[in-house]
Amino acid sequence: MPKTIITVDDSASIRQMVSFTLRTAGYEVIEAADGEQALERLSVPVDLVITDLHMPGMNGIELLKKIRSLPSLKYLPVVLLTTESHADRVKEAKGAGATGWIVKPFGTQQLLAIVQKVLG
Amino acid sequence: MMDRQRELYLEEAAELIVELEAALLELETSPQDQELIGRVFRALHTIKGSGAMFGFDAIAAFTHRLEEAFDLVREDRLRVTPDLINLTLRARDHIKGLLQAGNLQTPALVASGEQILNELDVIVAPASGQAAAIKPALSGASPAPPAPEGGEFTYRLRFTPSADILLSGTNPLLLLKELTQMGECDVLAHVDGIPYLEDFDPEQCYTRWEVLLTARAGEDEIRDVFIFVEGRSELRVDRLGLARELQHTRIGEILVERGDVSAEDLTTILEQQPKIGQVLVKAGLVPEAQVEAALLEQEHVKNVRERRTPEAATTLRVPASKLDNLVNVVGELVTVQARLSGHALRSGDPEMTFISEEVERLTEILRDNTMSLRMLPIGETFGRFRRLVHDLSLGLGKKVELVTAGAETELDKTVIEQLQDPLVHLIRNAIDHGIELPEQRLAKGKAETGRITLSASHSGAFVMITVSDDGAGLNREGIRKRAVERGIISAEAALSDQELDSMVLAPGFSTASKVTQISGRGVGLDVVKRSIDQLRGELTIQSSPVGTAISLRIPLTLAIIDGLLVSIGGCYYVVPLANIMECIELARSEGRESHDAAILHVRGELVPYIRLRERFRITSEPPAIEQVIIADTRLGKCGLVVDRVVGDHHTVIKKLGAIYREFDEVSGATILGDGTVALILDVNELAAGVLREQERRLANAEPALAGVPRYKR
Repeated sequence: MPKTIITVDDSASIRQMVSFTLRTAGYEVIEAADGEQALERLSVPVDLVITDLHMPGMNGIELLKKIRSLPSLKYLPVVLLTTESHADRVKEAKGAGATGWIVKPFGTQQLLAIVQKVLG
Repeated sequence: MMDRQRELYLEEAAELIVELEAALLELETSPQDQELIGRVFRALHTIKGSGAMFGFDAIAAFTHRLEEAFDLVREDRLRVTPDLINLTLRARDHIKGLLQAGNLQTPALVASGEQILNELDVIVAPASGQAAAIKPALSGASPAPPAPEGGEFTYRLRFTPSADILLSGTNPLLLLKELTQMGECDVLAHVDGIPYLEDFDPEQCYTRWEVLLTARAGEDEIRDVFIFVEGRSELRVDRLGLARELQHTRIGEILVERGDVSAEDLTTILEQQPKIGQVLVKAGLVPEAQVEAALLEQEHVKNVRERRTPEAATTLRVPASKLDNLVNVVGELVTVQARLSGHALRSGDPEMTFISEEVERLTEILRDNTMSLRMLPIGETFGRFRRLVHDLSLGLGKKVELVTAGAETELDKTVIEQLQDPLVHLIRNAIDHGIELPEQRLAKGKAETGRITLSASHSGAFVMITVSDDGAGLNREGIRKRAVERGIISAEAALSDQELDSMVLAPGFSTASKVTQISGRGVGLDVVKRSIDQLRGELTIQSSPVGTAISLRIPLTLAIIDGLLVSIGGCYYVVPLANIMECIELARSEGRESHDAAILHVRGELVPYIRLRERFRITSEPPAIEQVIIADTRLGKCGLVVDRVVGDHHTVIKKLGAIYREFDEVSGATILGDGTVALILDVNELAAGVLREQERRLANAEPALAGVPRYKR
């Protein structure tokens, strides 16, 4: 059974690039435009969350913290997309329980490599 | 004896010409590459040298001339030109013809050989002034230059994840798995930190690992594997040295070097006893786990050393039929083992259960090993496509390059063979329909040369193969027009892009505006789809104006599947586990009420279902509570109602006889431990039946809906 990944980003083009890449590689992909929508859609079983860091409303780190606080989602791998490789942001994300991160701009191969790393 | 040798030569030469072709086609893109030139030369050299030895004189003489030419290339006295490559490709075909003809040359073969050599003379002439002096005649086989031995290092890693590592969504096992893919790897888990059950917190990670890795990777690359868990774990990487220089070391010395034991303690102990590890443990100087780790290290180094010395005898050539026999016997063994497990369970004898569990474990290892023997890298197949792309694009006046990835991905031999035709078809389609002519591409702002990417990768028990191109994408307008013409959809039907795209899989569908020699001969993608279905695989299409990607998801092997054993009215059936999403109960009342609709509510989702009992006309009384298996089919979710779910079952697939050929809903049979036969269900076909049935009902109820597309996602 294919693994399901949810991509959370307010930019539709990034969302599409991510979902096209992942679908082509055989994953099921769900899209969400922000943190709230993502949480709504997380009612179905999902294997991985790929979320942007900066989003209007609930941002990536807040979403991550929320996920870690829910008993049913606690162990869900979460990968953050970030434009800045600032050490403190990465540190904050790590502290909040991020499984990994990808620095934009990234290529499809990079994305797949990280997804495979996290999902095995 | 000689016959056997000649046979071997023919086999070897067949492989060499594949290699020759691959190297030539790569050389076409990078004509300066010395390594590629070397590969071409070596292939020619071996074909010639061995050919002369086994009496294939015509081949030897012909190949000798080519070898001479490439010798000039090697010495930089002749340039690699497209003409030379094309001619050598033709020569390669000629050698293939000679190999097939054996020593019985037809006049036609002789003539075409001479023709090629004459053309070769024209190309070589300017440079060959002194050529004759350099290589006067058939020389004896001089050994090929040794492959450059890169630095392979052996590392020792100690990985201690923090107890809360699971809370970052990281599975430490995946990190170790990544390491195993980098090279030769031995892993030891230290489980001494795991507390008794009453103190055990399942949310904590108590295990730490030691890993010995011999790989080309640098230390940074190895640390990169753990980059996401930095700060959440302790990692120590020690480089033990160049793998080929590692020496056999005594266990005591390893322990001292690792810092597990002091040199003084070691000397004291050494004076007393020879079996150092045991003594150290007994004396309480070092925990047993550490000695175990050091032993592993010793073993790893030994293995790496042994692997290094006899380079020659690393592969064996075995006839495929022997492997097939082995697979059959292992198949039977798996069946008997299942029977043993069943018996042991019923007997309630703990000793018996212990033995049967051990047999089960060993059988599984044996099964996996046997299966892996049949695994071949898909790369060889990829190589053949290079030629296809070269020839086709030349014929169509298009510029196309083929990029491959994951050539090392392994698949069952029979699966690879059956994938050949579908892949050829997809590549042809991509070149013919996908990639635009150079001028069209330039006008669209794309690179002049189109690119077809062929990639393969593992994903669980499946292999994903993707053929993608950066061409024009599917012509959705054309597809719609065609589908309406063919009466598959009504003119007003509102379809999503994805639904439209999947129309091209419909039988007899072809949108090629003109029939070319290459594709569009009325044989459409439906043929590809059928072949993939036969392999129990799936096909998906993604299309956009910047390209099309067709992905195939293929099971690793056809011979054995993991299935779920179910029973209906005393008969047994197997449902492939890969198709199953979940099992739920169907209370009788519920089933009866919604009997007509045959639709089930699963957590708010509507799932159509089928009663296999009715489908197979089993008349006995059903149990009060029946089970529904929710299957994931290519047509969507579908429920299969059975009496009872027995459990999981490793199944050796036996083919059914020709009589059952028309019976699509069963893909094979298997023999259970007690000798009963169970049929293996083809879930996709069953689901197709259910959905067809439903559409018929819908159509009967409301004729207005007849225009609803038959092909859904």
